[in-house]
Amino acid sequence: MRIDCNKKHLTGSLSRALLGLSLWLAAGFAHAAYELNFQKPVTSIADKILELHNLILLICFVIFVVVFSFMFYAVIMHRKSRGYKAAKFDDSPTLEVVWTVIPFVILVVMAIPSTATLIEMDDVTGSDLSVKVTGYQWKWKYDYLDHDIGFFSSLATPREQIENKQAKGEHYLLEVDNPVVVPVGKKIRFLVTANDVIHSWWMPQFGLKKDAIPGFINEIWTRIEEPGIYRGQCAELCGKDHGFMPIVVQAVSPEEFDKWVSVQKNKMLAEAGAADKTWTREELMERGKKAFGACAACHGPNGEGVGPFPKLAGGKITTGPLKDHLKIVVHGKPGTAMQAFGAQMNDADIAAVVTYERNAFGNATGDVVQPFDVKAQR
Amino acid sequence: MATATAQHHAHPPGISRWLFTTNHKDIGTLYLLLSLLMFFIGGAMALVIRAELFQPGLQVVDPHFFNQMTTLHALVMIFGVVMPAFVGFANWQIPMMVGAPDMALPRLNNWSFWILPFAFTLLLSTLFMQGQGGSPSAGWTLYPPLSVQGGMGTDFAILSIHMMGISSILGAINIIATILNMRAPGMTLMKMPLFVWTWLITAFLLLAAMPVLAGAVTMLLTDRHFDTHFFDPAGGGDPVMFQHVFWFFGHPEVYILILPAFGLASQIIPTFARKPLFGYASMVYATASIAFLSFIVWAHHMFTVGMPLAGELFFMYATMLIAVPTGVKVFNWIATMWRGSLSFETPMLFAVAFVFLFTIGGLSGLMLAIVPADFQYHDTYFVVAHFHYVLVTGAVLAIMGGAYFWLPKWTGHMYNEALGKWHFWLTVIGMNVTFFPMHFLGLAGMPRRIPDYNPMFTDFNQWATVGAFVLGVSQILFVIVVVQSVRGSKKATGQVWEGAEGLEWTLSSPPPYHSFATAPKVK
Repeated sequence: MRIDCNKKHLTGSLSRALLGLSLWLAAGFAHAAYELNFQKPVTSIADKILELHNLILLICFVIFVVVFSFMFYAVIMHRKSRGYKAAKFDDSPTLEVVWTVIPFVILVVMAIPSTATLIEMDDVTGSDLSVKVTGYQWKWKYDYLDHDIGFFSSLATPREQIENKQAKGEHYLLEVDNPVVVPVGKKIRFLVTANDVIHSWWMPQFGLKKDAIPGFINEIWTRIEEPGIYRGQCAELCGKDHGFMPIVVQAVSPEEFDKWVSVQKNKMLAEAGAADKTWTREELMERGKKAFGACAACHGPNGEGVGPFPKLAGGKITTGPLKDHLKIVVHGKPGTAMQAFGAQMNDADIAAVVTYERNAFGNATGDVVQPFDVKAQR
Repeated sequence: MATATAQHHAHPPGISRWLFTTNHKDIGTLYLLLSLLMFFIGGAMALVIRAELFQPGLQVVDPHFFNQMTTLHALVMIFGVVMPAFVGFANWQIPMMVGAPDMALPRLNNWSFWILPFAFTLLLSTLFMQGQGGSPSAGWTLYPPLSVQGGMGTDFAILSIHMMGISSILGAINIIATILNMRAPGMTLMKMPLFVWTWLITAFLLLAAMPVLAGAVTMLLTDRHFDTHFFDPAGGGDPVMFQHVFWFFGHPEVYILILPAFGLASQIIPTFARKPLFGYASMVYATASIAFLSFIVWAHHMFTVGMPLAGELFFMYATMLIAVPTGVKVFNWIATMWRGSLSFETPMLFAVAFVFLFTIGGLSGLMLAIVPADFQYHDTYFVVAHFHYVLVTGAVLAIMGGAYFWLPKWTGHMYNEALGKWHFWLTVIGMNVTFFPMHFLGLAGMPRRIPDYNPMFTDFNQWATVGAFVLGVSQILFVIVVVQSVRGSKKATGQVWEGAEGLEWTLSSPPPYHSFATAPKVK
């Protein structure tokens, strides 16, 4: 636990100290692993929220102690077993007015800084960069609207760690394949929406949480002050793998950000070429195995199916007519969790994954699908 | 009335007594037993959740089943435990407290109870449909579009919610009719015991809120099967509208789950303080104000959906206002204890713990009302801690207190005081070890409704799991206490408690089958 002597954080340290003390008494020890308060804020808004939280916590704590010291005094002193005789009073208009008015005044005191912070958070004008955030079951997509860059960001923690077959890393469940890269010191506007069900994009250290709702675009903003890697999670129940769609934001200097942008653009150009060539079966199988991760989330790593999600090993679709298989992968199945992957994957990936599904886990159809087959299906 | 009573004095033997009963006491007993059974079922589900969360990684259940557990746990605890327990108390106590022979509409009373076992059979049967998607898994809030994706378990849940809603509405009508029409001569509204007052107000909340829930889930059902697109943006619908409608039900529901608990505390505390309730009139007005405010604060459950600034400010201020009447109640209870002649039999222990611990939930509720801070708290374990403090250390403690308070009256036998005290202390310690660490988990960044987490959250989760098992196992003591008291032990007097005041204590223990054959006179 960090104790700040900075005046600005005085209420914070005091309430942290109170919290720490009560916990220490309860648990008998104070341990470094016990985080008692918000993660360290890295934006001015998150800082203001933390101050607001500490202030209100302190007010609540004081009220609680004062009010219940009366109760415990009565519990100890006004006992029948001590021979205490009951008084007869059953109201006191003065007292009742006092304890209606005082709480009201305290509420007004709380409302003023809350309102000011809320108004500041609400102002999304004058941003330097816009990033569209789209929630999918169970990953995030980030589109840089000013730079024509877009990519998916999924959980990078290996399955073996989740299933306890491997030691868990420090960032277990809070690591992704492609982090969002943003510049520090700039006002970044996030446009938050979703493709399937409601998700919620939450970055605790930025003080940002906004629901990602299909059909809606919510706007939030942040200005990150320190370079670093920050981690968050989806906060709205979005189905089976709700606990497995983290958010990682990498804040870098504006120069590094520009460099990153040009690297990403080159990568995207290279990917675009992949759709035009004709692939060998081996190439498709190799690429398909990687892309299959998106399918494995529901259908299982070996296509064995999980709960309501159908199996792919010897499955009706994966061993049936190729056309139906392509159609369901590209267009999804409305009313179920089977999404339209045509909107999420490029032609090469879909060709690879369908080829893989038709030739892996004992499905020996021998079919090979090329990117132009997928294009025709779109 | 007196002659009719004489003819029907005996009840039919065996199971038909319970199936066909129109007697308020028998129906009250049925409600309470159902509630107790559901408490163990919902509790077992909570223990599955806590077992999975004991360590990071997946050990006990898969994530899909985990989501079924969180969903069913909430539905069972809300609709199957707390609400039926309160209706059970209302059935037993309201006629005795207002000096009536029975409820106003006895046949309706039978019907409103017997709907419930069928509703819960329907809901719990989904556990055996794992091949078809299993139980509902979109959370008890059933937010679309996620709930539209679910298997047929969701349809079963919708139908069972309809049945629970009908049961609640019928029960509420009966309670209103009883209170308004069956009071003994001289018992004006402002002379009614506070438990009766809180139930009168709760019954009106039920009448207003349950049909709204029925509407919301019906729209969900037609979205699922008849392509209505109420909540589907692809068809011009609006997923946020569901949340507005749901919470327009949901917030009054929160007070449906707590106002009768306020009533219970207001009966128990004066009895063991041997001093009249402080500020009776302000208690009534505070309850009514809370009920009114409960209808204009619903969107504080959805501050993160992206409302306009003016909307967020309105719902923040309105929510903060609830602290005023709630504060009045807490102050009144403490003022009742102040300079009383206190003794701490088990019901009083539960009532005092209720006041103390419910206030923690109330204060964290105030913190949640502060919109900028709510952006951090929302959908984290801080919220889980908050509503368990209000519902478990709030409603459930009050229900336990009420049960110990009236058990001697109902059975005619005193319960085992030593065992009651063991039950109390283990319960209270278990509850706090379970739910207090959840505040810290939420603040440190753990979202709710996740089956697995980063190792930094391990220690507090282990505390919570240990606490939950202590809490769960110690409820077996309660069953033992109840069974002992029913089977017979030391005889209870009619008065039972030295400081007890009110009409129910003028009757024998156990009271006659038809409580007041002749209406008592109230001064």
